[in-house]
Amino acid sequence: MAELVVSDLRVVFGARKAPIVAVDGVHLVVPDGGVVGLVGESGSGKSTVARTIVGIGAPTSGTITLGGEDLLARRRGVSAVQRAKDVQMIFQDPYSSLNPRMTVGEALDEVLSIHTETPKDQRPASIRRLLDLVRLKAAAQEQYPSEMSGGMRQRVAIARALAVRPRLIVADEITSALDASVQGAVLNLIKDLREELGLSMLFITHNLAAVRYIADSVAVMHRGRIVEQGPATDVVAHPQEAYTRELVGAIPRIDNAGTDYLLRTLEQR
Amino acid sequence: MSQNRKPSFLRSPMGLASATVVGLLVVLAIIAPPLWGAQASTPNPANLLRGPSSEHPLGTDGLGRDLLLRTLVATRTTVGMALIATACGAAAGLLLGALPSVLGARAQRWFSAVINTWLAFPVLLLAMLMVILMGTGTVTAVVALALTMTPSFARLAQTLSSKVGGSEYLAAARLLGVPKGRQFTHYVLPNIAEPIIVNVTMSIGGGLLALSSLSFLGVGVQPPSYDWGRMLSEGFEQVYTTPTAVVGPAVMVILAGVSFGMLGESLASFLRERTRGRALSPAKLGPAPVTDPLELDPLQEDVLLDVKGLSVSFPGADGWVRPVQDVSFTLHRGEIVGVVGESGSGKSVTMMSVAQLAPAGAAVTAQRLNFDGTELAGMREQVAAKAIGTDIGIVFQDSLTALNPALRVGTQLAEVPRVHQGATKQEAHERAVEALDSVRIPNAAHRATLFPHEYSGGMRQRALIAMSQIGKPKLIIADEPTTALDVTVQQRVLALLRRECEDSGAAALVVSHDIAVLAELCQRILVMYAGRIVEDVDVRMLAHPEQLAHPYTRALAASLPDLDTDRTKPLATIPGEPPDLSKPVTGCGFADRCALASDRCRTEVPVLVQHRHGGQVACFHPQDGSSPEDSGAAGSETTLHEAHEEGAVA
Repeated sequence: MAELVVSDLRVVFGARKAPIVAVDGVHLVVPDGGVVGLVGESGSGKSTVARTIVGIGAPTSGTITLGGEDLLARRRGVSAVQRAKDVQMIFQDPYSSLNPRMTVGEALDEVLSIHTETPKDQRPASIRRLLDLVRLKAAAQEQYPSEMSGGMRQRVAIARALAVRPRLIVADEITSALDASVQGAVLNLIKDLREELGLSMLFITHNLAAVRYIADSVAVMHRGRIVEQGPATDVVAHPQEAYTRELVGAIPRIDNAGTDYLLRTLEQR
Repeated sequence: MSQNRKPSFLRSPMGLASATVVGLLVVLAIIAPPLWGAQASTPNPANLLRGPSSEHPLGTDGLGRDLLLRTLVATRTTVGMALIATACGAAAGLLLGALPSVLGARAQRWFSAVINTWLAFPVLLLAMLMVILMGTGTVTAVVALALTMTPSFARLAQTLSSKVGGSEYLAAARLLGVPKGRQFTHYVLPNIAEPIIVNVTMSIGGGLLALSSLSFLGVGVQPPSYDWGRMLSEGFEQVYTTPTAVVGPAVMVILAGVSFGMLGESLASFLRERTRGRALSPAKLGPAPVTDPLELDPLQEDVLLDVKGLSVSFPGADGWVRPVQDVSFTLHRGEIVGVVGESGSGKSVTMMSVAQLAPAGAAVTAQRLNFDGTELAGMREQVAAKAIGTDIGIVFQDSLTALNPALRVGTQLAEVPRVHQGATKQEAHERAVEALDSVRIPNAAHRATLFPHEYSGGMRQRALIAMSQIGKPKLIIADEPTTALDVTVQQRVLALLRRECEDSGAAALVVSHDIAVLAELCQRILVMYAGRIVEDVDVRMLAHPEQLAHPYTRALAASLPDLDTDRTKPLATIPGEPPDLSKPVTGCGFADRCALASDRCRTEVPVLVQHRHGGQVACFHPQDGSSPEDSGAAGSETTLHEAHEEGAVA
C-alpha cells in the first residue's frame, strides 16, 4: 500500500465554447494504510475524481502521485498488468461489475493467473483463501453471479480487487445498491479487511453515516470542489460549511420518528 | 435448470421437427455422395429423359441419370456451401462488429463507418461484382454470399457488443489488466453468443435459398458439378416433357430452407424461455393457493382501506411462487403508513395489488379488500380499477419511466381532470399548473410546458407527486419514491409528500427499504418479511429499539449506521439469506436467521396478534424488554442478541 496525493486536479468536459468543469482544483491525500471518505451528491464530481484516479478518465490538469511516483506519467510507460497493480476499483453495482458468464472461481483464477506467480495447481487454494477473506464459503467458487445475492456478489468483487494486491483501492458507492441489512455486513467486512491487510482506500459515497463509520477523514465535495475536509467524526458532528450542514441535516434519522421535523424543513427554505 | 436444458428444447413440436429434418440433411450430406455419387453422375444413354418409374421414382435427366439419387447427392454441395458461406459471413461479421468493443472509442468509429457503408451496398450488385472479378463458379457464389451476410452480422454483433462494451464488468476487466484478446473471448463473445447463434441458424436457410438462386441463374455451381439450384435450372428446360424433374430439388430447397429457419426460431424462443424461466401454465398448476378463511370483523367507521388475507401468487417453474401470503392490515383516513422490507419481501407487490396494478400473470386473492366502502375482492381487475377511479394516486420509484417522454409535463398532469372529471382543456391546464405549484416547482406555468427530460430528478419526482394528487385521491401509494434521489432532494420530496397529505387529508402508503426515511414521514410502520407482515408498530417505537417486538424489526433498525454509531464496534448484521419463496415455507420465514427460533417457529406460522407496544406482531418470542417468559428463551449470546443490546445502549 502507498500514499496517494492528488493535487490541484481539474477535469473539464465538453466543447471549448461551453466547458463543464466537473472537478475544479481538488487536493486530496489518502495516507498509507488510511481510509479517506469522499462524500457528495450526484453531480458533485466525486465519481469523476475516482475515475481519474483509477485511469478510466484523464485529468485536464493537476497531478496524482502514488507512493511519491507520478501516476499519470507512469501509466503511459507501463503495461496494463503493471497499471492494474497500482489502483483497483470496486464498483457500485455488483449486479453489473461481474461477468455473468464466468463462475466466481473462474473470475478469481483469471486475476491470479495474471497477477501472481501462483502455479495453476496451487491456485484453487489461493481462491479458497480469498473467499475466506471476504467470508464466503469455498462452494461459492462454483456459482455464477446470477445465483448469488447482492451482498455475496459485492464480496466477490472485493475479493477480485484484493487478488491483485493493489497499492490503493477505490471503493465507489459499494453499498448503495445493497439492501439495508446487507450494507452493514459489507461495511464490517471493509473494516475488518482494513485491519487485517492495512488497506489504503478512497471510499466514495453519498452516505455520510457510512463514511463516518468507516473512514478516518472525510472530504465533502460540492460542485467540483472540496468544501470541507477533516476527521470523519468531527466533520459529521460539527460541520463548518453551510453545504455540509445541509447534507448532515438531510440525513433521515430514526430519532425524528413521530415528529414534524420534515415539515419544519420546508419552512426553513 | 441446466439438466433439463436439452429436453425442454426438443419438447416443443417445432424444435423437434426442425431439429430432426436438419439432422437428416446432415446425415444425407455425409453418406449420400460415397453411396450414390458415382451412380448419380454416370450417364446412361439408354435411359434419357424418362418419366417416373419404379426404377427411377423421379425420372432421369438429359443424360439418363437418376434424378432422385442426384437430388440426394446434391445435398452435400448445397448445404455445405450454405454452411460455409454463413460461417464465413458470421465470423467476419463478428470480428468486424464485436472486436472494436475492446479496442476503444476510435476503433469503434472506424469500424462502424465501414459496416454502414457496406450495408448500403445492394446484395445483387455485390454478387455481380464478384462474378465479374472472379468469374462464375462455386467459390464465387460462396464468397459473394458471405460478403453480403457479413455486414448484417456485423451490425448485430456491434449492437450486442456495445452493451457489453459499456458494461462495468468489461471496465473492471480492463482495470484488472486482462489482455484484450481474453477480454474478447471471455467477456464479449460469451455475452453476445446466444442471439448470434440464433441468427446464424436462421441465416443458413436464407443463404441456402440465395445460393440455389445463384446456381439457378447460372452464376453459381457449374457443370459437371451440381447443386439443387443447378438441377432446378436443368429441370426447367424439360418442365413440359418431364415435370417431375423439378420436384426433387424444389422440395429439398423448400424443406431445408424452412427447417433451418424454424430451427433458429425455436432456438430463439427456447433461449428466451430459459432466461426468463419457464413458468408452468396456470392450468397445470391448479388453482392459486388461498389462505384459511379468517373471521372478518365488521368494518370500522374511519377505516379507509381494510385488507384481510391478501395473497399474491405467480406461476413459477415448479409451482406457485408466493411473494405475498395472508397479508392483513387497515389504514385509517388521513393516516400515513410506511411499509418496510428488503427486496423480495413482497412490499411493492402488496401495494400494487391493492391499487389493482398487480403484475401480469399474478393471481391476487383476498378475503376482504375494502377501499372506502367498496369491496374490491372478487372483482375483475378492470372493474375494480374503474371502481377506484382517481381515488388512489400512485407515485412510482422511477420518475423518468413513469412520465411519458413525448408529452409535456403539464399535458400529462391535465389528463386526469380532463378524462376523469370532465374539465375543459383550459381548466385542466390551470389545475395542472396549480398542482405543480403546490409541490413548489418554481415558475410552474412555464415548467408545465416543458418535457420530462428537461426537469431535474428531484423536480420530476415532485411532478409525479403533483400528478398523484391532481385527481384528489383519498389514498396515495408511493413505491420507493426517493430511492434514486440525493439526500437533500429526498428530504424535500418527503416533506412535500407529507405536506400534501396533511393539506388534502389523503392517507398514504409509502414503500421503502430505508426504515429511517419512513420514521420521519409516517405515523405507523408495517414491517414485511418473506411475503408476510411481521410487525405493525407506531413509528415512535423506532426511536426506542428496546420497545420493538419482532427480532427482524430490531435487527433492521440496528443494522444501519447512523450519525451516532459506535465506530469501534462491528455493525449489527442479520446472518443468512431470506427464504426462497418458490418453495413452500413452513413456519416463520425468519426462523432460519433468528437467534431466538424454537422448534415451534419452524413448524407453525405465527399470526399477527396485539402486542404490549400497542401494535401487532407475528412472533412466538416477541421481545420488549419486559417479557418475562421469553427474555432468555434461546441463545442470548448470539450476534443478533448482542445487536439489540448494542442498539439499546447506543
